[in-house]
Amino acid sequence: MEAAFVTNNLWILISAILVFIMHLGFATLETGFTQSKNTVNILFKNTTIVPIGLLTYAFWGFNLMYPGEDYAGSFFGFAGFGLEPPAGANDGTYNANYTYWTDFIFQAMFAATAATIVSGAVAERIKLNSFLVFTLFYVGICYPITGMWDWGGGFLEGLETPFYDFAGSTLVHSVGGWAALAGVILIGARKGKYVDGKIRPIPGHSMPLATVGVFLLWFGWYGFNGGSVLSADPGTLSLVFVTTSLAAAAGAIGALFTSLVVIRSNDLSMVLNGILGGLVGITAGADQMGVTDAILIGFLAGIIVVIAVVTIDRLRLDDPVGAISVHLVCGIWGTLAVGLFGGLASVSQVITQLIGIVCVGAFCFAFAFGLFYILKKTLGLRVSEEEEMEGLDIGEHKMRAYPDINKPAEKVYS
Amino acid sequence: MKKVEAIIRTSKFEEVTEALAEVGVTFMSFYEVKGHGLEKEYQTYRGATYDVGYIPRTKLEIVVSDSFLEPTLETILRIAKTGKVGDGKIFVTHLEEVYRIRTGEQGSEAL
Repeated sequence: MEAAFVTNNLWILISAILVFIMHLGFATLETGFTQSKNTVNILFKNTTIVPIGLLTYAFWGFNLMYPGEDYAGSFFGFAGFGLEPPAGANDGTYNANYTYWTDFIFQAMFAATAATIVSGAVAERIKLNSFLVFTLFYVGICYPITGMWDWGGGFLEGLETPFYDFAGSTLVHSVGGWAALAGVILIGARKGKYVDGKIRPIPGHSMPLATVGVFLLWFGWYGFNGGSVLSADPGTLSLVFVTTSLAAAAGAIGALFTSLVVIRSNDLSMVLNGILGGLVGITAGADQMGVTDAILIGFLAGIIVVIAVVTIDRLRLDDPVGAISVHLVCGIWGTLAVGLFGGLASVSQVITQLIGIVCVGAFCFAFAFGLFYILKKTLGLRVSEEEEMEGLDIGEHKMRAYPDINKPAEKVYS
Repeated sequence: MKKVEAIIRTSKFEEVTEALAEVGVTFMSFYEVKGHGLEKEYQTYRGATYDVGYIPRTKLEIVVSDSFLEPTLETILRIAKTGKVGDGKIFVTHLEEVYRIRTGEQGSEAL
């Protein structure tokens, strides 16, 4: 077996591990940005999303997203249930750089991300069962269908100027972001968030956990973007590492300055969102950008994310973790940026990117809105007012995250 | 005998207790309290400023015989003062009776 095949394949497997750890990043970030009385609930959602994503992707998702060349240029394709390795799956015939199994597991790790994004936006008030049903359908059906439109050889890939989304600013992040928006609209704000026309913040309970989450996500992003090279090609891969890092860094600094100017505060939560905004922003064009492009995209994403968080809050859309701002708004920005900066910049590319954003957005928003609406009319979306006040940990899980934390604080006086 | 209850800034706690020890006041209880007053504490979170709704302070509870009252009050007034709104308050009440549990002693003997 050729050394290049082994190296390429191994790198994509390592990337799958890195994407896997991003789910822990989401879990800790969302936990930190919400109240301690809902911690078990947040962790429960984030823990079950990953298994649901992996299993549905094995049962049908992979074949829905990558149905094969028979469905090139179409809106929908399906290559059957289960995983059936084709002839030559593992010897370089299936793909010159990786095996069938590598292809599956790398893509499967991505799949759950879309629902994880929604989890944070509707946190602290959504019924657990309704959310799990939502996850099953959204990750199982919606995500693979829109993914197929571009990555699976569908109609966005077949446009005259092909739609370009390197690692998923639109296909992963905006897909999650649109559903987050639909969910937030239908479920309404947390009790006590908007009172008498005023915004009353509900601070998250652990900035350390949120910070750990963002660093884990940044760490995993090297696999998210780096693995999306789909080989270990030295030039492209190292460039992707550089653009990814610089965009994240510039996002942090962009958010830092913007929160100083706009909200007059050194708000850690905003800088954390800025890092994520920069990462989401670079994701669509990580292999197409130069150093300056990456810094500009990230810096602007950092500015955009702070303004988006404040604006979305003023619109009375209660998003505890800023998921809509980070994943939807910066996802759109990153997708557009492919037409504005770097190797593919052109007017026709901008138009194509807009077509992709609108098509994916319309489908995902309609799918998520319909799904949430049906759940609202059947299972119900929202927990009772008493349960919301008491916390979803007790209401949905009959347990607390920190059962012994309310002991008197110990202080040593000498 | 008097009971002196003093609500002071938590940041002044160590200075005040050390100064009280110097004038001979070594018996006291203290606890963390939350309350309202003239001062308001504002915090910001993700672009919105809000009134936290309470101010955290430390409350001292000191029982002294009448001769110790003056130095106790003088010490707290001097040390706990910063001159800014929110320095706290002192309440003095007359005490009927004091007992030492170990010996059953009463009054000033028990202090």
